[in-house]
Amino acid sequence: MEFKDYYKIMGVERSASQDEIKRAYRKLSRKYHPDVSKESDSEERFKTVGEAYEVLKDPEKRAAYDQLGADWKSGQDFRPPPEWDQGFEFHGGGFTEADASQFSDFFESLFGGGNAGRGQTRNPHFSQRGEDTHAKVIVELEDAYNGATRTITLHHTELGADGRPNVVNRTLKVNIPKGVYQGQHIRLMGQGSAGVGQGKAGDLYLEIEFNSHSFYRVEGRNVYLDLPVTPWEAMLGARVSVPTPSGKVELKILPDSKPGRKMRLKGKGIPGNPGGDLYVVLQVVLPPADTDEAKALYREMEKKLAFNPRAALGV
Amino acid sequence: MTVTSYIFSGHIVEEEVEFSLSELSQACGVNAEWLITLVEEGILDPHENGSHKNRHQWRFSGPCIQRVRIVRRLQQDLGINLAGVALTLELLGEINDLKARLIALESGTAEEL
Repeated sequence: MEFKDYYKIMGVERSASQDEIKRAYRKLSRKYHPDVSKESDSEERFKTVGEAYEVLKDPEKRAAYDQLGADWKSGQDFRPPPEWDQGFEFHGGGFTEADASQFSDFFESLFGGGNAGRGQTRNPHFSQRGEDTHAKVIVELEDAYNGATRTITLHHTELGADGRPNVVNRTLKVNIPKGVYQGQHIRLMGQGSAGVGQGKAGDLYLEIEFNSHSFYRVEGRNVYLDLPVTPWEAMLGARVSVPTPSGKVELKILPDSKPGRKMRLKGKGIPGNPGGDLYVVLQVVLPPADTDEAKALYREMEKKLAFNPRAALGV
Repeated sequence: MTVTSYIFSGHIVEEEVEFSLSELSQACGVNAEWLITLVEEGILDPHENGSHKNRHQWRFSGPCIQRVRIVRRLQQDLGINLAGVALTLELLGEINDLKARLIALESGTAEEL
């Protein structure tokens, strides 16, 4: 298990006051909140910051954590010392704002999962119908173009006969409808929590998330592709093959295309009404000068082109 | 572990589903009073069949489900009050619109062969 340096994560000194820690947390949580931040790893960062704050904001947990010493580095292989938490008394778990089940093994080994008796209590109001539940389902971008059937495994916690929570797994096959995109929800009627007594079961809401793709980026129904081209394709124009999630297309590159030129393929994004577009962004790639012939060609350009890319800098 | 071979199909909430007040409160796991506050704050905008006063007639569009969940997370995680959340949502919407316009301005239509 990896050691986590909570002070480093929060960007504060080990001697920071509780106020400083709170300020650091406020700033970082605004910066990385997944609903606000556009950074791709924001969700992970947000969780990590939440975990660090869960420990550092609580003087008891912070004191216990500080006992581990200042010599540990983030990522170092870590095992808690055998008697490490003796003599510390943690009051009521102290899991106030954060969802402790999201925390790392490191956190759990030090402070426990904090699961027992937390969040599992049923709504005290008598309710006939089961609760609606939410889960995320990760699908491929291609599924949104063609539709697909995906098998998903859901975990939920049930109180066992002995009063302790158990994790129960359930596998469902689900149709992923064509045209769905990240952030949308699919409602499966009657697949939420079981009803009480004669009550109907609740509904299950699946939030769609795309598996990150090695070369497409997706925003809403629009899809982006960085397309590598050679300098001569960009300058002289060319016809090139371009992949799209619905198959290859031929694309005309206009002469004198600058790197970063964005081209829109209308209707080649995720289908729908209106359908999305596919944006192709040109990336000029330099051929390597790794043979005598390639070197000779570069030398020839050097001699014949009289090209000064720094002219605008006045040198 | 339960395994079923049945294939479940559902509707895309954002496009095909509308909620009444009580359905939305059930779907988001929040109480109806709080949703009424969101309507009063102008964060949710139900279509009205008839009088705005009659909450039983309110119909919420599918995207409201995500909006409610975002509001709740922003409140819990960042400690923003409802007016602040409303402003945040408006600004986020504006950023998205600007981004879309920027992309439209920067890009030429490609010729497919």
